[in-house]
Amino acid sequence: MNLFADAIAWLLDPANWGGPSGISARLLQHLAVSAVVLVIAAVIALPIGGLIGHTGRGKQLAVMVSGGLRALPTLGVLTLFGLWLGIGLRAPVLALVILAIPPLLAGAYAGFESVDRRTVDAARAMGMRETQIVGKVELPIGLPIVVGGIRSAALQVIATAMLAAYLADVGLGRFIFEGLKTRDYAQMLGASLLVILLALVVDGAFALLQRLVTPTGVRLARSARTGTEPARKRTPARRTITEGNPV
Amino acid sequence: MNWLVQNLGLVGELLLVHLALSVPAIILSFVIAIPIGYLAHRQRWARGVLLTLCGVLYAIPSLALFIALPAITGFGIRSPLNLVVALTLYGIAVMVRTAADAFDAVSPDTRLAATAMGYSAAGRFWAVELPLAGPVLLAGLRVVIVSTVSLVTVGAVIGVQSLGSLFTDGFQRGIVAEIVTGIVATMVLALVLDALSVLAGRLLLPWARRAAPGRRSSSQAAPIEAGEPA
Repeated sequence: MNLFADAIAWLLDPANWGGPSGISARLLQHLAVSAVVLVIAAVIALPIGGLIGHTGRGKQLAVMVSGGLRALPTLGVLTLFGLWLGIGLRAPVLALVILAIPPLLAGAYAGFESVDRRTVDAARAMGMRETQIVGKVELPIGLPIVVGGIRSAALQVIATAMLAAYLADVGLGRFIFEGLKTRDYAQMLGASLLVILLALVVDGAFALLQRLVTPTGVRLARSARTGTEPARKRTPARRTITEGNPV
Repeated sequence: MNWLVQNLGLVGELLLVHLALSVPAIILSFVIAIPIGYLAHRQRWARGVLLTLCGVLYAIPSLALFIALPAITGFGIRSPLNLVVALTLYGIAVMVRTAADAFDAVSPDTRLAATAMGYSAAGRFWAVELPLAGPVLLAGLRVVIVSTVSLVTVGAVIGVQSLGSLFTDGFQRGIVAEIVTGIVATMVLALVLDALSVLAGRLLLPWARRAAPGRRSSSQAAPIEAGEPA
């Protein structure tokens, strides 16, 4: 347990928090990069995923992108972009955006796809326009799954931003690569514990958000689902595509 | 292409090392996750606890786990064993939920019929529940295979050799071909192992193909629960 005590001592030492390469600066960088990446990727992926889920067209594309990119090693993408774009923030940001798109796309697609087609038909029969169906029916009902996709993407980005420190002077990963060089295990373990805590807090926050955005009707229907006839789905969506990899 | 031709030996060697790291982790996580998943399927109280634990484990960034694990296990950071343990944990985190779903998907009528025919609890598990859960378990195994093979490469940044070493080495020496070779080799390895698992599934689970079309198992209707801890 001595190792953990040392790591916590490192984390609590005020001398390690200040300065341009202190814990607070690195933590802020890590959060800022993650947030920027997540927003860019969401602006690209969520509308496309929603459109695919709404129209049912291009489903193959969504499955291919989200399934095929799963096998893509993140470190390979990062280093490749690092060589192409040089040292600096552009390479890791671009690589992280690409890696964040599959879970977002899959979440948006699966969320819109999950809405019972009878509900959509009913909305259409009541005279709703397509934009209203998307905004007032499909989005609210599918939102928990869409948020689930954002949750996977956020975790993936936070984890991969650690690796980004291998090619740019940014984020909490720096402590690990510095620690490897100077054989400072307390620093490496301390930074690791901090990132684990960060990931768990973000994960918990999104879990809470998922619960908050679940419409009451959906929650009631879910708990009463046994015994009712099965929902009419365009296709039975497979669960695996909404989940990313651990990274 | 030139780089690959000149370094074919190195790539082959790293491929074998990569296999030696990923295959034990895949098999271990599969074998360990099945009893845990069965427990989650049988006991309502265990389900919440176990699936939450798996969710937490799943959320931990790999680099942080690679660094933090030695403080608990006592293995060195650069030890291949450390990597295998970490990868096994991730595999378990992915697989337990699928295993619980897989056992949930076995029809209660079938289970009752087996009990009525005189199967003991253990006999029913081996002869009825496990084979019927097979197709969904296989789907989970495929996810574990692909993610494990990809994750092994991360070990390269802390000094554990694998195909990921082509990324770090290529980056430091500025050889694009080396990195591209690493990416392609990792993906091909994942695809080959995936294909082998599908083939094994065909041989071991011949009933899966007949039953699959049109059957609506609970695991297929589960996207709503996907991201939430139960």
